[in-house]
Order: sequence, then structure tokens, then C-alpha cells
Amino acid sequence: MLLSQFLVLGAALFAFGVYGLLVRRNIVLILLSVELMLNAVNINLIAFESVLASPEAIGHVFAIFVITVAAAEVGIGLAIVLMIFRNRKSANVDDLNLMRW
Amino acid sequence: MGDKDLLVFQIDYLALAPELIVVATMIIVLALDLILPRPKKYWTATVAVAGTALALVPLAFLVFEGEVRSMFDGSYVVDEFALVLKGLFLVAAYIVFLMSHSYIESERYYQGEYYFLLLASLLGSLVMASSRDLIILFIGIELVTGPLYMLSGWRKGDIKSNEASMKYFLLGILSTAILLYGMSFLYGLTGEITFEGLAEATAGMADEPALIMAVLLMIVGFAFKISAVPFHFWAPDTYEGAPTPITAYLSVNSKAAGFVAMLLVMYLALPDVAEVWAPALWLLAALSMTIANLSALRQTNIVRLLAYSSVAQAGFMLVPFAAAGVAGADLQEAFAATVIYLVIYAVMNLGAFAVVIAVTRNGRSGELSAWSGLARVDPKLGVLVAVFFFSLAGIPPLAGWFAKFAMFRSVMIAGGAATVALAVIAAINAVIALYYYAKVVKSVWLDDPVAEFAEDDDERPAGSLRLALGITVVLTVIIGFFPALATFAGEAARVIASGF
Repeated sequence: MLLSQFLVLGAALFAFGVYGLLVRRNIVLILLSVELMLNAVNINLIAFESVLASPEAIGHVFAIFVITVAAAEVGIGLAIVLMIFRNRKSANVDDLNLMRW
Repeated sequence: MGDKDLLVFQIDYLALAPELIVVATMIIVLALDLILPRPKKYWTATVAVAGTALALVPLAFLVFEGEVRSMFDGSYVVDEFALVLKGLFLVAAYIVFLMSHSYIESERYYQGEYYFLLLASLLGSLVMASSRDLIILFIGIELVTGPLYMLSGWRKGDIKSNEASMKYFLLGILSTAILLYGMSFLYGLTGEITFEGLAEATAGMADEPALIMAVLLMIVGFAFKISAVPFHFWAPDTYEGAPTPITAYLSVNSKAAGFVAMLLVMYLALPDVAEVWAPALWLLAALSMTIANLSALRQTNIVRLLAYSSVAQAGFMLVPFAAAGVAGADLQEAFAATVIYLVIYAVMNLGAFAVVIAVTRNGRSGELSAWSGLARVDPKLGVLVAVFFFSLAGIPPLAGWFAKFAMFRSVMIAGGAATVALAVIAAINAVIALYYYAKVVKSVWLDDPVAEFAEDDDERPAGSLRLALGITVVLTVIIGFFPALATFAGEAARVIASGF
């Protein structure tokens, strides 16, 4: 089993997610970047599980919980994006600057 | 682990009764919201308040019974520690409901959904207090924060509220991703997710680089949740933009939930990795206290000032743990001191936000300049402002002094050079904090009243808000005189700490 390859893939996805989060200005693309990070977690969990092969398949169960929660959070996130877009006609994070310090 | 029959689990309904009552209340609130005509929607608030109070009954029964109940292979434990925290969460939520009632009704928000979501968040914190494995902890913490993303943007038409919600959501989900990435490595290294199993598996692994990374990632994730510096920058904006009762909930329940999660993981799951997490917590505590207090000095908006104050208070709460971990001392004292601090902080901070709602209800703004001379227009509110702000500053005989006392006491018991340095930083910060708390009280009592608010303050706050103010002010004063009430909570924490 080639564990380290999967961990490298997970780390790369996580790093892309962090990069996208910092660089992208559109809120929807930022949401996608966070999804990449959460999927990096899933890859990690499933790769570890296939090595550890625990009787309760904890890694798989954990990954399913992560997927479920991530779906719910994206639902919330898109609702918030929609609300902001209705009020300001823009989905750019740089416009969120009413409050500073 | 091994050859257990996984399908047969005994469910202890009495132990789960508080959670089940909250779930039932959620469903009733949602159904009522569907049935009731618009002018009668306030009944949803009544049901939510009654359900929260009812959930305290089985809780009291479990406390008097004093038995440790464990379910699902020890993944879900109802012991004294969990019960004390559940009591704290329920009482705090009860007070927030009382504060919300007139606020939400007066501004014509969606009432049923509001209480439904707040109850969902409360359920998350109840689950979290009992969680003894990583999955349940994760589900609990997400259930606490998920509804709050929506609630902080509850004033849909207000772009400030939109912004609050968006900032909270983006940083919240980022912290979740970081936390989970850490957890995935923790699982991969040990093959365990229960805290007990993790504690055994990580013993003697403290210099494993992957474990150090996993622990640090998890600390970053938790630090976002408790808004410790340098991961605090969402807090002031979200607190300012969100509806004030939600701000109170964020600063008490959501912060306490984050704290409890962090304490459970660090203390129960990773006790032998203290040499990794203790210095990190030391740094977080020192930075939180210092930077938040210095930022609070230049705030002119009361809610923003309270936001920075709550970041600084989080720093104080981290002190006992960081100190005991760094000194390698027994963590029991630290556990007790942190829980005592949490309980007292919850009471006085809820009171402070209730006062903000009471003062701003007549269109008075949250700016400090609009508060000047308040005491001459409304002396009762003036007294309440003084009580809560002096309590937050830690002036005896109000409850805040005992929180600070417990914190310093645990640091002195731990001993050692690094801990004493942290205690000195904490002491300096307690003095800095006094300045901005006292500035508010001075403005309220000594400055001249603002002309346009001199006359129209004769309408009294709503009954529910007065009840919230009454409960918090009585508790703040009584705990100040009889700290034994808060020590009870600390003792419960000590019990769990000695079990491991």
C-alpha cells in the first residue's frame, strides 16, 4: 500500500485550498477552495483507513461524517452569498469592508 | 476494539434526556411556527424558553444521582463535568432567549426559525460536553457553529449583518478544515479516535514530528473557535454586525463550547503531549490578553469594546492551562480554575450584553458617546452598567474577582519561571483592562447627558429582558460574596481530571 503518495496528494490539495482561499476574491471560489481542503481531509482519512483496517472502519465513517457536514456548510455558505449578492450586487470579498479594527 | 457486537448498544434515555427535550422543543417550535398566525408567533419564544427550563430537570436529577453514565463504548459520557457544563450551556441559552424575545419581536424578524436555530446550536453544545471521541466532538462543534453563521446574518437587509455573517462563515469553515486535517493525522498515527485510546496511544510519542504537526493544526482550529489572538480578527466584526442577543450567545455559549472541546482534546486525549501544546497555549494566552486589551483601549463602540474584552478574557481563561502544562504540574487545578472562570465569565458577560440591549432599545446607539450621562436619565441601568463592567474588570465584591483569583491561584500552584512570567503578563493586563471598563462606567455616571436622549427614556424594558438582567445581576453579586457556588463547578472538573 502506497500510503505516502496519498498523503502527498492530500497535502497538495490542502495547500491548493489554502492558496485559493488567500488569493481568490470571489466568494464562491473561496467556498470551492475550502471544499478542496475538506476533501484533502477525506483522502487522508481513507488512505489511513486502508492501512490501519480497523474493525469498525473508523476512517470511512469519519470521512462520511466530514462529507455530510461539508455539504451542510456549503448550503449555508451559498445562502449567505445569495443574501449578500441581493443587497450589494457583488460577490467580491474586497467589498466586505464596512468594519475595520 | 476487537470482536464486539457492534449492533447492540444500550441507550440510556435518562442520560440523554436533556438533549432529547431540546430536540423535542426544536420540533415543536418549528411546527408552531408553521401553524400560528403572524401576531401570535411570540409563542415560539415561550415554548423555547419553557423547553430549555424543562431540560434542566433531568439534569438536576442526574447531578443528585451522581453516577457516571457511559454509552457507545465510552464515546458519550455523562459525568459530573459534562453535567456542570450542560447546566451552564442551558442556563446561558435560557438567558439569551429572554434577551432575544423583545429584540426579535420589535424588529419583525423571522421568530420561529430564530429559536429553532438557537436551540440547534444549544443541542450542539450539549452533545459536545459529553463527547469523548473525535467524531462526536466534531459533530458537536459544527452543530454549535453552523446555525450561528445564519443567525449572525439574521438582519437580512442590513449589509453590516451580511458582512458579519460572511466573515464568520469563511473563517469558521476554514478553522474546521484545519481542525479536521489535524484530526485525520491524529487518527492515522494512532488508529484511535476515542480520547481514552488516544491518551494511551500517544504516550511517549511527543517527539514524533507528524504528531506535533497534528496537535498544532488542531490548536489553530480551536483557537479560531475561541477567537484567541492571532486568530481573533473575525470576532469584533461579527460581534458588531450580528444581532445583539446573538453576539451574547457567540461570546458565551459558542466560546465556552470551543474551550470545552479544546480542554477535552488536550487534556483527556493528549496528556502526554503537553510539551507540544502547552507552549503554544502559553503564546496564545499572552498574545490574546495583551493585543486584545490594547485594541480595546481605542474602541468607541460598546459592542466592539466588549468583543475585544471577550478575546482578552479568553486569554485569561487559557492562562491556567498553559501554566500547568508548561510547568508540568498536575492539571487538576488548571481544569478547575478554567471551569470556574468560564461559569463566572458567562454570567457577567451575558449581563453586560443584556444591558447593551436595554440601553439601545430606544434607538440610542452603541457608540460610547451616546451613553454619556445615562445614569442621570435612568439610574437603574446606570447601576447595572457599573455592576457588570466592574465585574468584568475583576473588582471585588463582584463575581469577576473570584474568576481572576482562581486563575492566579492555579498559576501559583503550578510554579516555575515561565508560569510566573505569564502571571505577570496577566496581572499587567488586568490593570489595562480596568482602564477601558472604567471608562464606560465613568462616561455613564460622570459625563453630561446627551441632549436628545434626556427625555424619552421613561418606557421600561420588556419583562423578559428585565428577568434576564435580574438573573445575571443577582448571580454576579451572589457569586462575588459566596464564591463557593462557582467552586462547585470547579470541583466537578477536578473529579474528571483525577480520573485519568
